[in-house]
Parts: sequence; C-alpha cells; structure tokens
Amino acid sequence: MSSRDSESQVFTPRPALPPPPRTVGLAGWARQNLFSSIPNTLLTLLSAYLVWVLVPPVIDWAILSANFFGDSNDACTGEGACWVFIGQRLNFFIYGFYPDPERWRVNTVFILLALALVPQFFPMVPAKVRTWLGVFALTLYPVLAAVLLMGGLFGLPFIETSKWGGLMLTLVLSYVGIVVSLPVGTLLALGRRSGMPIIRTICVLFIELWRGVPLISVLFMASVMLPLFLPDGVNFDKLLRALIGISMFWSAYMAEVVRGGLQGIPKGQYEAAAALGLGYWKATLLVTLPQALKLVIPGIVNTFIALFKDTTLVLIIGLFDILGAVQSAIVDPAWGHVAIEGYVFAALCFWVFCFGMSQYSQGLERKLHTGHKR
Amino acid sequence: MTRFAAALVVGAATVALSAGAAIAGPTLDAVKDRGEVACGVSTGLSGFSIPDSTGTWSGLDVDFCRAVAAAVLGDADKVKFVPLTAKERFTALQSGEIDVLSRVTTWTLTRDVSLGLNFTGVTFYDGQGFMIRKDLGVTSATELDGASVCVAAGTTTELNLADYFRLKGMEYNPVVFSAISETAQGFDSGRCDVLTSDQSQLYSLRTKLDDPESAMVLPEVISKEPLGPAVRQGDDQWFNIVKWTLFAQLNAEELGVTMDNVEDMKNADNPSIKRLVGTDGDMGEKLGLSADWAANVVAQVGNYGEMFERNVGMDTPLEIARGLNALWTAGGIQYAPPIR
Repeated sequence: MSSRDSESQVFTPRPALPPPPRTVGLAGWARQNLFSSIPNTLLTLLSAYLVWVLVPPVIDWAILSANFFGDSNDACTGEGACWVFIGQRLNFFIYGFYPDPERWRVNTVFILLALALVPQFFPMVPAKVRTWLGVFALTLYPVLAAVLLMGGLFGLPFIETSKWGGLMLTLVLSYVGIVVSLPVGTLLALGRRSGMPIIRTICVLFIELWRGVPLISVLFMASVMLPLFLPDGVNFDKLLRALIGISMFWSAYMAEVVRGGLQGIPKGQYEAAAALGLGYWKATLLVTLPQALKLVIPGIVNTFIALFKDTTLVLIIGLFDILGAVQSAIVDPAWGHVAIEGYVFAALCFWVFCFGMSQYSQGLERKLHTGHKR
Repeated sequence: MTRFAAALVVGAATVALSAGAAIAGPTLDAVKDRGEVACGVSTGLSGFSIPDSTGTWSGLDVDFCRAVAAAVLGDADKVKFVPLTAKERFTALQSGEIDVLSRVTTWTLTRDVSLGLNFTGVTFYDGQGFMIRKDLGVTSATELDGASVCVAAGTTTELNLADYFRLKGMEYNPVVFSAISETAQGFDSGRCDVLTSDQSQLYSLRTKLDDPESAMVLPEVISKEPLGPAVRQGDDQWFNIVKWTLFAQLNAEELGVTMDNVEDMKNADNPSIKRLVGTDGDMGEKLGLSADWAANVVAQVGNYGEMFERNVGMDTPLEIARGLNALWTAGGIQYAPPIR
C-alpha cells in the first residue's frame, strides 16, 4: 500500500490524442468548409460543376489553342484567341494616331507617371520621397506632360490633339479629370457649407446643375452644341472641350463625396479648432479637411474609378480612346472575327488601372487608420 | 456656371491664339493658309474610312478627302482627318471644324435643304439590301415571305423593311437589335434567316461572319441611299471645287486616264484629255486652282474606278461589284458633266 502510494503520487499525463482524423488535413478542411451541411454540399457540387464546365474552355481559348505569333490574319487558326491581332495593333491601341517618330514623348510621359506613382505602393520608400513624388505628380508633372505631348516648344514639333488616341488618350482624360476634380470638388464642398449666401448659392447651383445631367449629354453639348454658339472662326479643341466637361461633371460628384466627409466630423472638432483661435482656412486645412478626406477615401477612389471608366464615353464624340481604337480596329476586314480578343484586351487594360487604384486606396486607408475605425 | 463660362472663354482664347487657324473668308483661302484640308470621316467603317495599325486612314471616303487635298494643295497627304460620329457630323461642318464631310452620308432633300450644307455629288450609290444564308436556297428578295429578319432598331432601315414587305404583301418576323454589329451576331448565331442593312455594310458584315462563304447578298435593293460628300452652304467656290474634284475623277476614268498613265496623257492629242490634265484651256484657273489640279488628283489618288476598286472592289475583302457605281458607259449611273 505504502509503496503504491509513493509511486503513484506523481501525475504523468498521457500524451494528447491526435485530433479526430475527420477534422484535420485537407479532408477535414473540406468537410468543415465545403460539406458541413446539405445545402453547403449542394452549393459546393454546383460550383465545382460550373468551374469544370467554364474554366477549361476559357483556358483553352485564351492560351492553349490561341495564336500568339505571326503578322497577319493568316497566322490565326481560328480555334483559339487570335492574340496576333492585338500584337499587330498594339501601337495603335496605345498611341492612336500619334506620329511614329514622336512616340518617345508619349513613352517619356508614361515613364514619368510610373516613376511618380509606383513608389507610392511601396512602404519601404522613405515617406519624404513619396510625398515629394506625390507633389510632383500633381503639380509639375501635368505641365511637363502637356508640353511633351503637345509640343510646339523647345523645338518639339507640334502634335495636334486630334492625333492623340488609344491608351494615351484614356490616361490623359482620366488623369486630368482626377487632378482637377479633387481640388475643385473640395472647394465646392466647402463652398456649399459656407455661411456666405452668394458663395453657397453658386456652389449649390453648380453642383446640382452638373450632377443633374448625364455625362453623355455634357459631352454632346460640348461637342455638338457649343461650336454652334461660338462665333465663326473660333473653334476650340475638341479634346479640351471633353476635358472641361469631364472635369466639371466629376467635380460636382466629388464635392458631394467630400461634403459627406465634412458632415461626418463631430462638431467638437470645429469648436476645438475655433477655441484654439484658428481662422477659417487654418481650421479647415489643419483640422477638419484632413479628417474629412481620410473618412471618405473609399468614396473618393470610387469616384476616381467611375471617372476612369466613364472616359470611354468620349467615343460618342469621335475621340479614339482605347475602347474607340479597339472598336475601329475590329471592323477591319483584313482580320477575321477578332471582336472578342479586342474587347478582352480593352477590359484587361481597364481592370489593371482600376485594380491599382483600389489597392492604393486600401493601402492608404490602412496607413491612415488612426482610431476612427470600429 | 460662372466658373465654367470663364473656363470656356479662357480655353477658347488660348486655343484660338495657339492654333492660329481661324477660318476667315472663303474656305479655299483658309485651307491654303492652313496648308491642309480638314475632312470629316467615319470612326471606323471598313472600305470607307478605317485606320490601320500605324494610324493611317484608308477607304473610299478617305481617298476622296485626299483627292480634294491633291486638287487644292497639290499634295494628297495634306489632310487632317476628323473622325465623326453620325450625330455630330453636320455640326462639325456647320461650325467650320471641317471643310468637307465625307462620311457615308445619304443625300436627302431634308439634309440638303435644311441643314445648311450642300451635297457635291455621289461617291457611292448604296441601297438597302438583304443578306441570306446560302443553304436557304433563296435567290431573290421576292421569295422571302415568312422569313425572320435581323434589323437594327430605330433606323430608316427598319422603316424601309416594313414598307417593302407591306408593298409586296409578304409576311415577315422582325428580330430587332440595338446596334448593327449585334444584328450580325444574331444572324451568325442563327436567330434569323435574313439580315438587312445598307448593301455596303452587308458586305463588310459578311467578312466578319464565322464562315463568310455560307452567306450571300441578294441583288435587290429596296431603298435609294446615294452617299456623297457635303460642304457648307454659302461658299460657292469651295462647293464647285469639291464637286469638280469628283467629276474630274469620273471623267478621268471615262477617258482612260489612270494613276500610271497620267504623265503620258499630258502629251495626248485628245482635247478632252488635254483639258482634264491641264495642257489645254484654263479649267484650273476658273476654279481658283492650279492648271494641273485634276492631273494631281489622278496621279496621287487615281480615277474613280481605281479609287473604287482599291477600297471596296472585287479584290478587297468587301468584294463589292461596281453595279450602279459603274460609269454610264458601262451600265452604271456614274455620269459626270464634261470638263470644258
């Protein structure tokens, strides 16, 4: 008895049993997530069936049976996608009618834009550098790009805007739209909340007028009606008309997004700024506006993405943005049935830019997340 | 709004100053000052005006613009092409943005009379037609009773179709699409037996079918669609120049003057040819142009037949026969007054 006591007083736990095999590994994961109930199982099977039906033909069309090399329609077998067409027309899709010897200017503009924007995605680049690049992108860059693209200065031949086209035109339209609409929209939002009746009325009128009409009708007015009102001989650039129309239209939208942010800030912030003795502009620029803009980043980026995609509407006034370039190329009788390839390419271009903007905004939200998020 | 107005004024001023291309006085002087003809074309219609991979325009409408430039400036490449949609084409002409509208525009009374423009001739006699699948075994539009017809909505095409079938006392079943490219897809996927549109368009749609050989365009034309260039009303000199550029091309074909032999033809004895190429008479001077205006047109762009065959003829994917567009001497209705 005593010997048994002295030996068995120490508790030696048995090693834990392995978890039941049905809850671990791939099988366990699948059981828990895919087959946990009858509806779930049915959904899983249905999805698997859809993937099985849809994905292999798409991959086969886009990659396995597709034709990548060649220089004419003869290189396309017609079984899969004819990417040869995209390759052959790529220059037209990117530069439009921009003369060949001058395309380095467009490339320079593209590279400068990439240099200014790509570092913004990488946190390891010092914050100061990124700030300066951002300032460059918003101030000096548009001027530099305009001089390079347009020419007529410093010995660069003048290139009319009617020769601009393709991806380059899409980027010009959306970049100008974005760079103009954010500050103008912010001013309009502040104006709409202003205590001064004249400013408030003007801003309300502006916003409601522009927001109340579809972008298509704005572009139509700019391209069809406006030239008739101008005196004979005054004939100003179609692209400029479209740019002004797009910028004004989206400024009105942006104003309402920013106003939403301004309204979301507790009244205490305004009062605290006033109590510190800050004037209107200081209180706005240092206290309320930064908080408001941070609050509405998703809304702002949403507007940017919508703006980017809506630039395709310039098609109806005869400007060849990337979609217009694709559409005019797919009717070429020298090529067979290449409409799908063309549209897939255009969609891919748009997706890349829109996805980039969306990723940047999410990064910005994480960085600026300073306690308001619940 | 004030902000917008201000922006417009500033924009207009800067552009007017920087471009310096204000149109003052008659169109001919403005064109000569500018050194190029501003020509409105379609945004992409195979055979008529379409940009290639280098962004160079080609097509029948495009070549006519080049012919005008050759006549006026002596260089067919001095053209500024302005792609226009159907809706803005007339405004662009009225506002002076373009000098010539060469954009598959049907000449109708309403347009000629009420839009402040003048049609200068017919570069292509088009008409609404039918495309059918060959295995249908139909050879004439009169056998289409009970057919389902793909047609684009809201067009004169749709109205012409209804008129034609009512007139012939036949039944049909319309399958309506919102755009012409969709009608072609509907036809291709078998939604209808027949596709109707302008014949020139049918030929280009046919090249985009999965199997172009399986379809054919019926010979019947059920409407008149004379397509021609137009200029602004009120400048008769410019109107005459554009009109006679086309007549010169037609006369050149009639007289056998081609791109290749126009230089030799300058030594020809035929007085009609001499007047055309400018070795006799003062035809160019009367138009306000150089003596060799028509010779330049033929040398750089070709006569009408060459222009037609190069862009839409039987050797192109469109495979359009001359038909009505043949010269009057060859069974068509293309006829030009004499140059004398």
